[in-house]
Amino acid sequence: MARAKRSRKKPVKGPEELVRTYRGRRRVVLMLLYAAFVAVAWGAIDQQIMEGDFLRREGQLRHLRVVEMPAYRGMILDRYGEPLAISTPVDSVWADPRKLARNDAALKPLAKALELRPEALQRLLSKRKDRGFAYLKRRVNPDIAQRVSELHLDGVGLEREYRRYYPSGEVSAQLVGFTDVDDRGQEGLELSYEDWLRATPGRKRVLKDGRARVVKDVESVRAPEPGKDLVLSIDRRIQFLAYRELKAAVQEHQARAGTAVVLDVETGEVLAMVNQPSYNPNGRRDGRGGRLRNRAITDVLEPGSTIKPFTVAAALELGKIRPDGLVDTAPGYLRVGRNLVRDHHDLGRIDVSTVLSRSSNVGASRIALQMTPEEMWRLFSRLGFGAATGSTFPGETAGQLPEFSDWSRFEQATISFGYGLSVSVLQLARAYAVLAADGVARPASLLKVDAAEPGARVMSAQTARTVRTMLERVASADGTAPLAAIPGYRVAGKTGTARKSVAGGYAKDKYQALFAGMAPASSPRLVMVVMIDEPRAGKYYGGQVAAPVFAKVMAGALRLLNVAPDTEGPHDLRLASVGAAP
Amino acid sequence: MSLPNSLSSLQPSNPAKPPGLLARLHLDLPLLTGLVLLCGYGLLVLYSAADQDLDQVRRQGLRLGLAFLAMFVVAQVPPGHLRRWSPWLFGVSVLMLLAVILFGEVGKGAQRWLDLGIFRFQPSELAKLTVPMMVAWYFAENPMPPTLPRALIGSGLTIVPVLLIAKQPDLGTALLVACAGIFVLFLAGISWRWILSLGVVISALTPLIWYLMRPYQRQRVLTFLDPERDPLGAGYHIIQSKIAVGSGGIYGKGWLNGTQSHLEFLPERTTDFIFAVLAEELGLTGVILLLGIYLFIITRGLFIATQAQDAFSRLLGGALTLVFSVYLIVNVGMVTGILPVVGVPLPLVSYGGTSLVTILAGFGILMSLHTHRKLLPT
Repeated sequence: MARAKRSRKKPVKGPEELVRTYRGRRRVVLMLLYAAFVAVAWGAIDQQIMEGDFLRREGQLRHLRVVEMPAYRGMILDRYGEPLAISTPVDSVWADPRKLARNDAALKPLAKALELRPEALQRLLSKRKDRGFAYLKRRVNPDIAQRVSELHLDGVGLEREYRRYYPSGEVSAQLVGFTDVDDRGQEGLELSYEDWLRATPGRKRVLKDGRARVVKDVESVRAPEPGKDLVLSIDRRIQFLAYRELKAAVQEHQARAGTAVVLDVETGEVLAMVNQPSYNPNGRRDGRGGRLRNRAITDVLEPGSTIKPFTVAAALELGKIRPDGLVDTAPGYLRVGRNLVRDHHDLGRIDVSTVLSRSSNVGASRIALQMTPEEMWRLFSRLGFGAATGSTFPGETAGQLPEFSDWSRFEQATISFGYGLSVSVLQLARAYAVLAADGVARPASLLKVDAAEPGARVMSAQTARTVRTMLERVASADGTAPLAAIPGYRVAGKTGTARKSVAGGYAKDKYQALFAGMAPASSPRLVMVVMIDEPRAGKYYGGQVAAPVFAKVMAGALRLLNVAPDTEGPHDLRLASVGAAP
Repeated sequence: MSLPNSLSSLQPSNPAKPPGLLARLHLDLPLLTGLVLLCGYGLLVLYSAADQDLDQVRRQGLRLGLAFLAMFVVAQVPPGHLRRWSPWLFGVSVLMLLAVILFGEVGKGAQRWLDLGIFRFQPSELAKLTVPMMVAWYFAENPMPPTLPRALIGSGLTIVPVLLIAKQPDLGTALLVACAGIFVLFLAGISWRWILSLGVVISALTPLIWYLMRPYQRQRVLTFLDPERDPLGAGYHIIQSKIAVGSGGIYGKGWLNGTQSHLEFLPERTTDFIFAVLAEELGLTGVILLLGIYLFIITRGLFIATQAQDAFSRLLGGALTLVFSVYLIVNVGMVTGILPVVGVPLPLVSYGGTSLVTILAGFGILMSLHTHRKLLPT
């Protein structure tokens, strides 16, 4: 080797020595190299063996995630399965503000896609700048979701959620209610049947990649449980009809509000329950205020004359009067203690049915005062006044029926014509359903009833029929509500025009126009109560304002339900002129 | 042909036999075997790292073919020619580095490319070969071991191109070129005293270096010292890479089954961080196999350097092999978190073409050195 080496000029060291130096150097380099090799190899061993478990777990934390599987909230259906509330899949846009913060250029197109102002988006992001998750916009329309996903931004994603949609809109808004952004019931049946309707989201373990996209499902931790459907007693067709007529009447009479309830006599089911003013549950959430109340259940009113049939029924049941007996209402007023009960006109000696058809307060008071307070209270109480209907509707009122031991004679008299007690429209409808069902009381139900409850007898069938027959005169030409008549069907009902109680007494010019009735009177199938609050267009009598709504809705409903007419030929009673009384 | 016994150690194989086909083609069988094994292994890992994208593997295979061709061509050039060309080649590379600074193309935030019309060219890659050639030539032209002035000139020959490369900025390549020069200096036998004093000077200059570093370079050092200080930003690479390597265990998760790599947690997984893919999928076993192949190649390279017949060949052969080892150690050290992140590929395994040609051309030089030895003294 040494000889093979060429040495130029004068070497400081001999060639042999040079080679030795080189070999020495090589050995040093090799040692260093091996040391580095060992260090590097040790790095791998250390991570793979010593810290392996820890690092493996860290790895799994990064790619194995448990995510929620959204599930459908139960539908709310009408009695025939038509949807009143339905969940549709939509996307919510979320972002990882930390990732997005590093991408200023993305802000503008993203804001544009989301239809937000860039400053608003910036504010949203900076508020949660230390978090890994923030909703940018919940439940967006499909076109927005599409535009966002087309941006392909790192740190922005879509989440599947469900949006509640209410096909019947304002027609059933107060009854059905609505849910909040997290799909929890906030109002109406959505709230009272929350547990039934609510979906339990499933959980699954998934493989996520570095951009937080789900790559693969690993296992299901819990299966998603969709909410159960809720079948209401509502008949959507009658509901629409009732809403249309109520809305028209409220507009025509410039009324403050209105509500109406239609009950099925045989089962106690609520076929329609509508309110005015209403709101669109699919629209914006602000400005709903007083429109949210389901007035038929949550609001109380003094029933006024609509209570008189029950006064008569109680007296008949007790044998205090005979159906063909006469009541002296002269001279148009009655002194009870220091107070006076008045009629509008002096009706003189009239029979019991005229007391109802001409709505005599004096007559009702005279009949009531023949009973003890307890006797009268007992029937009223069994009719359901003063007790909640058991509908579990949020904000349901029980109304107020004072305890009989507190009744003065004058109070007993006023209660007999509907002042001094308060009821809800639903309670009133339920009480009329007792008259319609030959004296049997059944609970009012908002849910579909498969087999009608036998119910509890409140009065004899004889009494109920007698009162019904008397009430038929109300809708006749000489009654207070000829406008309630329906061609082809016999109608039994009663008007009410209650003065609204205000602080310190009764308002002079604020009325609630009521009509409660049933048809066909020979064997009633439906009961309906209509209330129009503060009609301000001039007319305010129940017979003028509420009765026409009753007639139109009832006529349509009877036809829809194929109820056989019980009179021959169309009677156009509306041509007759009438002098209505409260 | 009869040879004196004392020369038998020079023979690569049995002297009685005529040189084989490979020898006549100036190829070294052990080195070639090691390189082919390594590249084959690399393609396998790349197939997985590229999410089974055959196109990418095919492109890499094509580049490897070109690089092997370059190696073959270089191996035909006798070392004497190489030595004579060294100053010219060195001069050309320095000029080209200057040209890059003046009118180079910008790619990925750094100015590294020179557009020669037909193809784009990275002169810093050429410097990886020409700098050790030049320094080796300079020392071999003069008596050894080098005196202090000569050693300083040799250092200067290294530092000029290194600074030009660092200015682009391309820290990884600058580091490799610097290593190449330093290895030649060291192997030439400069005195230990100078080495020690140089070490002291460099340590003293550390604050100055810190001051001269660009912000992103400082960030890398800080991140290296504590990756968790910015887990989503600068530390992200290291944390994900450590998790990938660590979760491989002894046998790995299986080829094509790495979660860190395939779920896109691991950045640059076909290029700088391909070692992490290998470690995750093939485990410690795969890592040891890979390191074994490298060790074999490096050992063979150093053996060839020792066998060289002149100072130039010895110095150049040794430096080229050692630079190859530096590639490996810097890359694996980076992936396992032992060293800071420096953009150095895993040699012959990482996806990408430019360094392949340089590395294999370097091995071509080694083969040339080995197969052109004169059997008899002239």
